[in-house]
Amino acid sequence: MGFLSDGVDFIQFMFPGIIGMTVLMSSFMAGVSLVWDREFGFLKEVLVAPISRTSVAVGKTFGSATVALPTGIIILLLAPLVGVSLSVSTVLGIIPLMFLLAAAMGSLGILLATRIKSMQAFQVVMQMLMFPMLFLSGVFFPVDGLPGWMNVLVKINPATYGIAPIRQVILGGSADSPFNISVFGHTMSLWDNIIVIALFGLIMTLLAMWSFHSQE
Amino acid sequence: MHNYAIKVENLAKDFGELHAVDGISFNVASGEIFGFLGPNGAGKTTTISVLCTLTKPTSGRAIINGYDVVRQQSKVRQSIGLVFQDSSLDERLTGLQNLRFHAMVYNVPSSVRDKRIEDMLNMVELWDKRNSEVSTYSGGMKRRLELARGLLHHPKVLFLDEPTLGLDPQTRNRIWEYIIELGKSEGTTIFLTTHYMDEAEKADRIAIIDSGKLVAMDNPINLKNMVGKDIISIKTEDDSKAIEEIKSRYAIEARNDTNNGLIFNVVNGEEFLPGFIKEFTTKILSVSLRRPSLDDVFLKITGREIREEGTKDGIRAMVHGRSRRMHH
Ligand SMILES: Nc1ncnc2c1ncn2[C@@H]1O[C@H](COP(=O)(O)OP(=O)(O)O)[C@@H](O)[C@H]1O
Ligand SMILES: [Mg+2]
Repeated sequence: MGFLSDGVDFIQFMFPGIIGMTVLMSSFMAGVSLVWDREFGFLKEVLVAPISRTSVAVGKTFGSATVALPTGIIILLLAPLVGVSLSVSTVLGIIPLMFLLAAAMGSLGILLATRIKSMQAFQVVMQMLMFPMLFLSGVFFPVDGLPGWMNVLVKINPATYGIAPIRQVILGGSADSPFNISVFGHTMSLWDNIIVIALFGLIMTLLAMWSFHSQE
Repeated sequence: MHNYAIKVENLAKDFGELHAVDGISFNVASGEIFGFLGPNGAGKTTTISVLCTLTKPTSGRAIINGYDVVRQQSKVRQSIGLVFQDSSLDERLTGLQNLRFHAMVYNVPSSVRDKRIEDMLNMVELWDKRNSEVSTYSGGMKRRLELARGLLHHPKVLFLDEPTLGLDPQTRNRIWEYIIELGKSEGTTIFLTTHYMDEAEKADRIAIIDSGKLVAMDNPINLKNMVGKDIISIKTEDDSKAIEEIKSRYAIEARNDTNNGLIFNVVNGEEFLPGFIKEFTTKILSVSLRRPSLDDVFLKITGREIREEGTKDGIRAMVHGRSRRMHH
């Protein structure tokens, strides 16, 4: 097995990405469950209850993020098998990052689900989004030195900024690590990435609330 | 003016070019059972959606329990209960869990929550099935559970959209017993839609809606009086002689009906019959008196039968139910 750098082999490089991928895939269930509730009529019971649309949207997002966590944690526990050593503080640091990624991507799912009413259509759209998002997020290869067009896609992909901090925490994110992402020449620190993904989640949540409110 | 539970003024709802609800006005008094009767596609469900804040009206106003359905949505929602035309239960939860969820989102105080859930489940006779997943319930059980759920937070107004659609006659009767009992004991105002005539007759007052417009509104007795005369059918030993005698005695044309013998109309059947039986000389084998039904009323007002559309809708509901299950 060749080393990519700093004594990190390919499997160790992939490991944080796999965690991110698992979390990302389960986070989309927030949207699925909304579409499902609509299809089976239960959404009407929720919409006519004296609770705000906002709490419905946020509740769905947090609910699915909570469900996404255990799947991520199970992968995380496999770390010793691939030669990644974990400390308690690493694990405690990763859990909120997984939750953040799941909530941010979940709110994108909710936004889509407020507009796409049928389960079939939702699944098609989800897959059309999820695979490019995963492929171009740095899960499978370091995002450094990609061809120009691909580089642009990776940088505008919100998932990139959700997976990068997980990798930074697991593999150590020194300022000169080759796995860091640079945007417009600026090297994204752990907190830079967190701010980007959190902002993305916030904007998606606001859009989802607006979309939910504005329709009948 | 304050004791109206529902006030509707010139309410309209368009879907594009279609005027689904076309400027209707009515009031429902507190404690009244108000029936909305009309064929499939008349605008009943759309009216309920507007009244319960799920759909914004295109124009007009609706006030429920003193709250505006557009500007005071959450006040309206807290004070109403709903049973939708299509099931709105979470089928993956048990009956008990569905009611618990409802109690939570409607802020039923936790001190009374469990007791009330138990009472409701007993009322609709589902206590024994409380821990079964709703997906295993029959259609009638689901409807009863929805009724229990709609009542759990003691709403002042209960909306029922075709509460008995697609159910067998026995279950329909049972559900009607609950509804009438409720109106009496809790003083709950009930707004229900139906296209079953016999059900509409149980309401205190009926509004007939056709193509988005109210075409009649009154209590069932007055509505039937609009049609006028009572219908008498007799079987005799000699029909042609009887026709002659009815004509000469009362100046009424009787007609032959294959199933019922002779049929003729009189103004006040109950007072007419005793004298008729005494003085009629042709031998009578049987007599029956029928008041005009709401079917006759609907036919007279709109020139169409309501019935045929009813059966179609029933079948559609069944097909719909089946296709839902297939998604599982
Ligand atoms: N969301 C909608 N979009 C477009 N048309 C609708 C919608 N909902 C109902 N309609 C139409 O409005 C009319 C009234 O429907 P509805 O209120 O469901 O009738 P009812 O409940 O009396 O059978 C029908 O012609 C129906 O097709
Ligand atoms: Mg309807």
